[in-house]
Amino acid sequence: MSTLKKTTLALALAGATLATTAQANEVEVLHWWTSGGEARAANVLKELMEAEGYGWQDFAVAGGGGETAMTVLKSRAMSGNPPSAAQIKGPEIQEWGELGLLGDLNGVADAEGWDELLPEVVADIMRHDGQYVAVPVNVHRVNWLWANPEVLEAAGVEMPTTLDELFEAGEAIRAAGFVPLAHGGQSWQDATVFESVLLGGQGSEFYQQALVELDPEALGGEQMIDALENFKRTRELMDEGMPGRDWNVATAMVIEGVAGFQLMGDWAKGEFTAAGLTAGEDYLCAAAPGTEDAFTFNIDSLAMFRVTDDEEREAQQALARLVLEPTFQEAFNLAKGSIPARPDLDMSEFDSCAQQSLADFQRTAEEGGLVPSMAHGMAVRADIQGAIFDVVTNYFNDADMPAEEAAERMVSAAEAASF
Amino acid sequence: MRDSLPMKNTSATPLGAGAKRSTPPGGLQAWLPRLVLAPSVAISLFFVYGFMLWTFVLSLTSSRMLPSYDFVGFGQYARLMANERWWVASTNLMIFGVLFVVICLVIGSLLAILLDQKIRQEGALRTIYLYPMALSFIVTGVVWKWLLNPQLGIQAMVQGWGFESFRFDWIVDPDMAIYTLVIAAVWQASGFVMALFLAGLRGIDDSIIKAAQLDGASLPRIYWRVVMPCLRPVVFSAVMILAHIAIKSFDLVVALTGGGPGYATDLPATFMYAHAFTRAQIGLGSASAMLMLGGVLAILIPYLYSELRSRKHG
Repeated sequence: MSTLKKTTLALALAGATLATTAQANEVEVLHWWTSGGEARAANVLKELMEAEGYGWQDFAVAGGGGETAMTVLKSRAMSGNPPSAAQIKGPEIQEWGELGLLGDLNGVADAEGWDELLPEVVADIMRHDGQYVAVPVNVHRVNWLWANPEVLEAAGVEMPTTLDELFEAGEAIRAAGFVPLAHGGQSWQDATVFESVLLGGQGSEFYQQALVELDPEALGGEQMIDALENFKRTRELMDEGMPGRDWNVATAMVIEGVAGFQLMGDWAKGEFTAAGLTAGEDYLCAAAPGTEDAFTFNIDSLAMFRVTDDEEREAQQALARLVLEPTFQEAFNLAKGSIPARPDLDMSEFDSCAQQSLADFQRTAEEGGLVPSMAHGMAVRADIQGAIFDVVTNYFNDADMPAEEAAERMVSAAEAASF
Repeated sequence: MRDSLPMKNTSATPLGAGAKRSTPPGGLQAWLPRLVLAPSVAISLFFVYGFMLWTFVLSLTSSRMLPSYDFVGFGQYARLMANERWWVASTNLMIFGVLFVVICLVIGSLLAILLDQKIRQEGALRTIYLYPMALSFIVTGVVWKWLLNPQLGIQAMVQGWGFESFRFDWIVDPDMAIYTLVIAAVWQASGFVMALFLAGLRGIDDSIIKAAQLDGASLPRIYWRVVMPCLRPVVFSAVMILAHIAIKSFDLVVALTGGGPGYATDLPATFMYAHAFTRAQIGLGSASAMLMLGGVLAILIPYLYSELRSRKHG
C-alpha cells in the first residue's frame, strides 16, 4: 500500500513538474524540431543558453508541419499560460501580434543591429506594428529543382533553365524509360510545384501581385491562366502512383534513379545527405526552371510571448540574441539543409547548393525577386492559403476543369476566405 | 422505485426484518445510486452537451485562430453553403455511409448464415473474419493504400501475371477514389457484423426452423421469411454501430487517401478538422460540426423512434 502511495505521489509530482511553466531566468520553447538532425540542432541552442546561465525548458511537439504544435499552442494561449517562445512563422506572427500576446525584442534588435543584418523582406515578417516580435532561425529556399545526373545522362539531357526545356527534357527522360518528375499528390506539394511553375513562367513581379497581394486582376488574368496551363502540363511528367505519396518518398525516387527531377524545397537535401550523396556529383541542384533570378523563401522563426517576470524577460532576450549568433546559425542550418538567416556568415562548411542558395538570397534581396512562399504559409493567412490550395489541387487533379474556371475560382477563393 | 421504498420501510413487520437489514438507515439506499452517478452525469453534461452548446455559440461568431465572441449571426453557415469543398464532403459522406452500411450488412449476414451451417473449423473461420476489426483504421488505411496503389499493389501484380491491359486505379481517380474508402471500411467491419448476426442466429429457437422445414419451406425461404425477421434487433444494433463509424470516419481517410486526389475523398469530419485546426477558421469549422450533428440527429431520431416504438408494441 505504501509503495502504491509513493508511486502515485511520484507520478503526481512528475505531472506537476511537467505542467509547470517557465521559472525565473528560464525560457520554455515550443517547437517541432523533433527529427534526428533537427533535434540535435535545437540542442545546440539549449547548450548555448545553459552556458550563459539560463534555463531551457524543452516543449517539443512532434508532427512535421507543426499542426499539432499549433493546436497545443492555441490551447496554452487560451488558458492564459503561453510558453516564452514558440516556433511561429510568416503571417501567423501578425495574427498572434494582433491578439496582443507577443512581447517586443527591440532591445536586442537595436543592440545587435538587426535592421542592417536582416534583409528588409525578412525583417518585415519579424515585426508587428514596427516592433520586433520574432527572430528568424533559418531560410529555406523553395524553388529548387533536384536531379539525378545518371538519369539525365542516360536520357541525354542537361539541367533545364526554362519551362520549355523542362518539358522537352521530360519527354526525353520518359522515352529513356524513367519517370521525368517525381511528385507526391498532396495539396501542399501540388502548391509547391504550382508556385515554382508560376514563378518560372510569369516572373517574380506577377508572383508578388497574385500570390502575395492577392490582386484580383492578376489572380483571374491571362497570365494566371497561362501559369495554370503550364502547371497542368507538369502532370504529364509525373507517374500515376503519386496520389498521397510523401515528399521524401518522391525524393527517394530521384535518389534511386527511378525519376529524373523533383521540384521541392531544400529540405529535400536532408534526404540526399542521409543517403550518403554529395551535392554537385551524385545529385544536382538548380533553381527551378526560369526562376534563377527569384528566391521563394520559407523562414522558420521563434516568436516571443509577452511575459511579466523580469528575469524571464531577460532570458527571452538572451534567447533571441543567441538564435542569430553565428555558432547556432551554422550548427542548426548545417543540420537542417537551410541557409543562415544572417547573410554575413562564413559558408565554407556548407555544400555547393547551400552556397548558391545564399548567393541568390543576397542577390535577390538587393535586386528584387525575393518573395515569400505561398505554399509554405509565408505569403498569406492560413485561411486564404487553404482556399488557394483547394483550387490548385482540385484543378490539378480534375482532368476536365479548364484553366479559366480555375482562375475564376482563385479570385473567389481569395475573396471568400476572409470574413 | 422511489415511491415503493419508503412504503416498505414503514410497513416493516417482523417478517420484513431480513429486508430491513440490507437497507441502510436514513434513506441512503435511495440516494446512493444518485450520488454515485452524479459525477459522471455532471461530467457528461458539461463535456458533451456543454461543449456542443459552446460549438454552436462559436459557429455564430467570426472566430478565426482563437475563439472570439464577435457575433455574425448565421454568416458562417452561409459561407459553408457557398463552399464547394463542403458539398463534395457531404456528398461523399452520403455515398460512403450508405454503401458502407448496406454492403457490411449484406456481407456480414451472408457470412453468418454460411458459418451457421454447422461446418467444421467454424471457430477458426470466425476468428479469421473477425480479426480485421482488431486493427485500427490507420493500419487498414495504410495497408489498402499500398494494395490499391497502381504501381505497387493489385494492378501491378495482375499486370505482372501478363494481363497488361488490367487496370485498377480507383485510388488515383478523383471520381472513383471515394469507393476505395468503402472497400477498406467494408473489409474492416463486415466481420464484426458477421459476429453480431451469428450471435443472433444462435439465439433463435431451433424448433421454429424445424416447424418451417416441416411445412416444406426451402432453406433460403426459411432464412428470408423466418430467421431474418427474428434478427431485427441485431440489424438495429448493427446499423447504429456502422452509421456512427461512417459519420465519424476520419482516420481511415487520413491514412488511405489523405482526402485526395485533390479533395475528392474529403468527408465532413476531415473538412471540420482542416478548417477549425489548421486553417484558423474556428467559426466555419464549428458551423460544419453543427451541421454534422444535425445530419446525425435527422437520421437517427426517426430511426430510434420507430424501432423503440415498434418494439414496445410488438
